[in-house]
Amino acid sequence: MTILETRSVGFAYRGGAPVLSDVSVAVSPGRNLALVGESGAGKTTLLRLLLGLARPSSGEVLFDGRSLRPDREFRRSVQPVFQDPYSSLDPRQRVDRIVSEPLRAMRIGARDEIGDRVAQTLRAVGLPADAARRYPHEFSGGQRQRIAIARAIVCEPRILLADEPVSALDVTTRVRLVELLRELNTARDLTVVMVSHDLAVVAALCDEIAVLDRGRIVERGPSADVLGSPRHPHTRRLVASVPRLRRSSGPPGEGR
Amino acid sequence: MTLLDVDDLSVRQADGHELLHGLSFTLARGERLGLIGESGSGKSLTALAILSLLPAGLTAHGSVLVSGTQVVGAADRRLDRVRGRAVSAVFQEPLMALDPLMRIGRQIAGPLRRRRGLRGAALRAAVLAALEEVRLPERIASAYPHEVSGGQRQRAAIAMALACEPDLLIADEPTTALDVSVQAEVLALLDGLVAEKGMALLFIGHDLAVVAGVADRLIVLRDGAVVESGRTEDIVKEPRHTYTRSLVHSAWEFEAELDRLAP
Repeated sequence: MTILETRSVGFAYRGGAPVLSDVSVAVSPGRNLALVGESGAGKTTLLRLLLGLARPSSGEVLFDGRSLRPDREFRRSVQPVFQDPYSSLDPRQRVDRIVSEPLRAMRIGARDEIGDRVAQTLRAVGLPADAARRYPHEFSGGQRQRIAIARAIVCEPRILLADEPVSALDVTTRVRLVELLRELNTARDLTVVMVSHDLAVVAALCDEIAVLDRGRIVERGPSADVLGSPRHPHTRRLVASVPRLRRSSGPPGEGR
Repeated sequence: MTLLDVDDLSVRQADGHELLHGLSFTLARGERLGLIGESGSGKSLTALAILSLLPAGLTAHGSVLVSGTQVVGAADRRLDRVRGRAVSAVFQEPLMALDPLMRIGRQIAGPLRRRRGLRGAALRAAVLAALEEVRLPERIASAYPHEVSGGQRQRAAIAMALACEPDLLIADEPTTALDVSVQAEVLALLDGLVAEKGMALLFIGHDLAVVAGVADRLIVLRDGAVVESGRTEDIVKEPRHTYTRSLVHSAWEFEAELDRLAP
């Protein structure tokens, strides 16, 4: 069973060379999926297709087994989080207004329930209750990304599509946000589809990996297989390139 | 021989607010020092203060000797003798180091002409040698910065920085904007060049795994002050300060799952 999938989709921006060719990926409930690749591989374009923000030039995108129509039901079920928490939040709106926007836009819940849902969602992402009345600039990068996640999950979607959600953050913050996403995955039945070039984040969060290289999927499978015994040379190169503390210093605690 | 002697360096805003507090360290030929910290810790301010390139409104105090020349408060004339020759730098964003309207070859030729007085065929040969050194093909010389990839641009910026054979290279997040496989290539390139030329390297970064892979010694900065310094191996294995401990543990935790799946 899959919630969202692409069947041999191709995509070209107007007048351009194909950005994606014959790409098939499937999102199964509960199985976090990573779309991995380097710049220009087509990750973000694929995410746009999955979000219904662009239509494939060939092939099709299916949502619950039917051709994707970006209607209310779809938008309620599939929500995005972007890389830069500084540009994705309106600086002139208070946090409660930002977080409640999907509810208001999709007319979910009665007016008097909205405040409660916002408060409950802010709690779920680990923000203090008084966050609701404050403005985005009063928060750190990590807290802003929590606000963006709160906005995305307030309507209880089934899928969170996240484009490099932690790569703009410092490492301590990054670890905590990955924890939060994993928690939401289990506690809320939320499946995370993440675009990333960072294999450490991918390993920590995702069960499945699809590796993109120049618009094509070159390898796909459970994370343990793809990272543990990569078959495609491109994947092998990616895995070997990750800077690792282990390599520069040996495992922790073992004096040499 | 000490190439860089930083003593009680502070950076202040016009209103007197201090952003960097009394930083001291020295760097000798062949040494590699890593400056690590999270955003806002003062890493880049340190680099800019050493190069005397602080933005308007910020002033450096204390002493920075680059190959014996005092940089703090120095006039441009004196700085000209230091920058590019004794010390040069590579930054995170190569597009800011490169002029978008000038072919890459001409940009690399600039410092070679000014500093080493090369002209004509000798200059052309030196440009090609500089490109070869950073493993860029000859055709890059006639390309404009926007026509080449991010990794190639950073290599070109490195070629420019090394053109006048500085004794000290400051690399401020030089691979942060690059893809991971390109990052690995550029790091290997820097590593090889620094070793080959016996330069001193001040490597600034936020990613402990990257900085630890390059530097022999580390200085950990937080909120503009040093919290810990020492040999890389010691800090990565047995951090003493609470802050360093959280930084190091986060980094280990961060790659733990990847280490488990792909040791």
